[in-house]
Amino acid sequence: MCGIFGVMDKRRQMMDGSGIRQALSMMNERGSGEGAGYAAYGIYPDYRDCYALHVFFDNARDGKAVVDATLEQWGTVEHNEAIPTYDQPNLRATCTPWRYFFRPDPSLAPGSASPEKDIITSLVMQINAGSNGAQVISSGKNVGVFKAGGWPEDVADYYRIEDYEGYIWLAHNRYTTNNPGKWERPDPFNLHDWSVVENGKITSYGTNRRYIESFGYTCSMSTDSEIITYLIDLLVRRHGLDINLAIRALSPPFWEDIDLMPKAEQDLNRALRLAYGSATMNGPFTVVAANPDMMVGFTDRGKLRPMVVGECGDRLYISSEEAAIRAMEPGVESITTPAAGEPVIGRVAP
Amino acid sequence: MSNNLGSMPLRYRVTIDREQCMECERCITNCSYGVFRRDGDRILINSRKCTACHRCLAYCPRDAISLEEQPCDYRSHPVWTRQTREAIYNQARTGKIILAGMGSVADLPVIFDHLMLDASQVTTPPTDPLREPVELRTYLGKKPSKLDLRRNSNGEVELATELTPNLMLKTPIMLGHMSYGAISLNAQISMARAAQETGTYMGTGEGGLHAGLYPYQDRMIVQVASGRFGVNIDYLERGAAIEIKLGQGAKPGIGGHLTGEKVSKDVSRTRMIPEGSDAISPAPHHDIYGIEDLSQLVRSIKEATEWKKPVFAKIAAVNNTAENVAAVARASVDAVVIDGFRGGTGAAPRVFRDHVGIPLEVAVASADRELCRQGLRNEVSLIACGSIRESADVAKAIALGADAVYIGTAALAAMGCRVCGNCYQGLCPWGIATQRPDLVQRLDPDVASKQVANLIHAWTMEITELMGAAGVNSIEGLRGNRDRLRGYMLDENLLNVLDVKPVGA
Amino acid sequence: MGKTVTIDAEGMHYTPLNRQIREAVENGVSEVVVKGVLGQRFIGNGLRGNASIHVYGVPGGDLAMFMSGPTVIVHGNAEHAPGNTMDSGKVVIHGSAGDAVAHSMRGGKVFVRGNIGYRGGIHMKQYEAQRPILVVGGSAQTFLGEYMAGGLLIVLDLDGTMKARGIGSGIHGGEIIIRGDVDDASLAAGAKKVPLTDEDRARIAPVIREFAGDFGLDPEPLVSADYTRIVPASARPFAGKYTWE
Repeated sequence: MCGIFGVMDKRRQMMDGSGIRQALSMMNERGSGEGAGYAAYGIYPDYRDCYALHVFFDNARDGKAVVDATLEQWGTVEHNEAIPTYDQPNLRATCTPWRYFFRPDPSLAPGSASPEKDIITSLVMQINAGSNGAQVISSGKNVGVFKAGGWPEDVADYYRIEDYEGYIWLAHNRYTTNNPGKWERPDPFNLHDWSVVENGKITSYGTNRRYIESFGYTCSMSTDSEIITYLIDLLVRRHGLDINLAIRALSPPFWEDIDLMPKAEQDLNRALRLAYGSATMNGPFTVVAANPDMMVGFTDRGKLRPMVVGECGDRLYISSEEAAIRAMEPGVESITTPAAGEPVIGRVAP
Repeated sequence: MSNNLGSMPLRYRVTIDREQCMECERCITNCSYGVFRRDGDRILINSRKCTACHRCLAYCPRDAISLEEQPCDYRSHPVWTRQTREAIYNQARTGKIILAGMGSVADLPVIFDHLMLDASQVTTPPTDPLREPVELRTYLGKKPSKLDLRRNSNGEVELATELTPNLMLKTPIMLGHMSYGAISLNAQISMARAAQETGTYMGTGEGGLHAGLYPYQDRMIVQVASGRFGVNIDYLERGAAIEIKLGQGAKPGIGGHLTGEKVSKDVSRTRMIPEGSDAISPAPHHDIYGIEDLSQLVRSIKEATEWKKPVFAKIAAVNNTAENVAAVARASVDAVVIDGFRGGTGAAPRVFRDHVGIPLEVAVASADRELCRQGLRNEVSLIACGSIRESADVAKAIALGADAVYIGTAALAAMGCRVCGNCYQGLCPWGIATQRPDLVQRLDPDVASKQVANLIHAWTMEITELMGAAGVNSIEGLRGNRDRLRGYMLDENLLNVLDVKPVGA
Repeated sequence: MGKTVTIDAEGMHYTPLNRQIREAVENGVSEVVVKGVLGQRFIGNGLRGNASIHVYGVPGGDLAMFMSGPTVIVHGNAEHAPGNTMDSGKVVIHGSAGDAVAHSMRGGKVFVRGNIGYRGGIHMKQYEAQRPILVVGGSAQTFLGEYMAGGLLIVLDLDGTMKARGIGSGIHGGEIIIRGDVDDASLAAGAKKVPLTDEDRARIAPVIREFAGDFGLDPEPLVSADYTRIVPASARPFAGKYTWE
């Protein structure tokens, strides 16, 4: 369900949230007005080396004590504050958004190839699994997720995303089918570096979830994007796969196509499917994912959900609809629709 | 194709009591399957062709015909049942998917039979419907959740809210969708007349709207199924409401299949497909691959008909029905039809009919509950269907949360159908599930419409009595009222899902 | 009557926009010009008559759905399913379109100058004289003509980028005609190639000429080009799948 949007400037030129707000609300027919979310990379230049934890507290008093204590165990909090919000008539606030700028202590994860991220992963799972009135909704360096239960315009105005500048933005216009009140439910889902928005519904959810949980991830959201984010984290960070191979594992070519490939390619593809069969995602979906260095988009093998790619100068756009891209970039130079399962990968210049 | 399996044992054995038989030959002329034939001075019987449709014995003036099911025993076995074994022999012989007709034969308890209705005693009085009004009038469609009122220049209170179009039914029983092609035009006309007479509505099914039904078009709910047969702007405008068929309880997840044999010249014209070609409805609507697409189809239909008609969506009862209903309720739909796994069909793969889907009772109960939980219950009406057999089923379905029901098999039975399940052959001797002109003309709409109207009328009276006995004088008071039901020999988990207490509690 | 009406659709929701278009057509306007279109859905839905509607911009999904008579000309790209379940009339798109173009179309013509997405012409159907036509100037993507039950689907592939797979999956009526060669591996089970006869060529020539005329292309090379014709391998492709109890 839903409508999605992503934009990346490959030379890290900053964009404020107003254009993304415009693009996302162009797709209000795809949503139900009960959830929308935005993720932006590059928004905290003053704390760029800290992990920015965005947390929803049911109320700031009780949940905060638990999170403060947990963070103190794992590192130092440079600064924390309520995320500035501006009441909107159509948005009923059901929680308090907060942010921490946090430095994990890598010595607490000895023997890990990426100790800081392992620590962040652990403590996010720990906080989110416990029912202590706190939910971490983003946990990356110099990235933040802003979401709530309302139409895209109301959510954007609640956080005033036009005051934030990022070089990559992802956004999600949610069509709610369950738990309409929960602000953490819309996409983007984020775990440290990676943010994901999805349009669709994974029919293999049960299989994929069991698989990812067997690697120590705890799922607390019942959303597809949570699973997808964890799968990308597993395949790319922990198993060292290149993003295009990771995507190939999640949305693999059909056996009849693999059988026609040249031998070395065939072996690799077969091996991917054998190793990662339980990570294969079935059902209609278009996924747009981002980390600080790239934005990627891919669809399911049957191309059951739309994905429109736009390019204009240094900017790459991926969205459910062309109208959304044109709402932000009326003069977009090229509009294409890639084939099923073929990833679109945009990389930020180093 | 050769095989070593030999003949399967007879399904039925037909015998004639020769002493009773007066050789009027009504059996020969009535049986369309060729069971009986005259050979010299004897009427001979070929039991293998019998379908237990009962046409012969219904018309035998001397009750001379006997019919026995499964005359040849297998060694009985609880796991390797007759059906299991014969399905294997069939597939070993053919290598194909087995199709079967009518509703599920799975040997599972019918939840309706385990729910008992309440009556008023002592603390509240029952109502006598002969003396006091008991209102069964039902409106189907979106209802306002609150009203905007204003005062006019005279100081009087006026309604400012614009009400969304609703269908008004005099009874909560509607005639379900069975397509022209699956059943005959005379069967459809009979039901259309009955709908008109009893103040209710009838579904067209996915075979389009035959011109013979135009006189009744304001009682018709026109269906838009994935095959879009006969769907154009004229069709949409004629119906009183439009129903998008997303699924069917008998075969969740797959589409309709009308074999080329049943696509006669007239069926071909109404559906706009070549005569003799298979009429295949795909599994999904190919412009609906996600929930946000459904809202587009609904709004597209509403734009095309200027938002004047209610639009319904019909879904099969599956695991996440509650969530599906909540999703559909947000798609500008006016009513959601939930079709349980026991729903009937002209033809469905046996494996789907008997093994896929969930019972209507839990689907309705959980959908009603989820809509209430999300504050959406006024957005849509709920219509239940899938083997509604009697008035008590209707009352219980309403108590579990439905606004109204559709009946399918029961309506056909009212026209003579014996539920033999051989609809696919297109030889229905009752003139119902056939396109053969000589058989179709056996079904006289003047007579059959009266029978269907009788059934609806009889059930309506029974529901009125049941409501009166429960002290409820308007149907809104029964809807979703789990308190007036008790579960008898249902386990705790199921009672929790239904939100019904056990008997005695 | 010959009247023209111009509507500025910028920022307008589709319901009031479509109501204005409908009223104009009902009042006998013969040309409606709609400017500043961006994402509005259902333009031309259920319209009857023979007016022409010019759309400037990018219309949203289900353009001309259930339309029965008028002509809609889009000066821009179209999104999802233009011509969906269309009955008669004409849609001309001076750009590309998305997935499910002409889904379940039953009559009339849809001409797309550029490319189309997946499942073009899916479940098109015909009956006697009522025969839908979809012509694509650029390329089409996979599952072209899926489930086709009738109609004429022509792909000119003018840029030579066509690499659709699963062509004609489940086709049981109608024909798909693609300029140039089509690999056998690109055909789905149930679809087969047959040679394009002179009679076929003469039959489709007027359609190609009309298409070329609408987009200012030279018709001659297109009319005389080589085409691959794809038809059902069987009128009852699903007959071999089922047996009775």
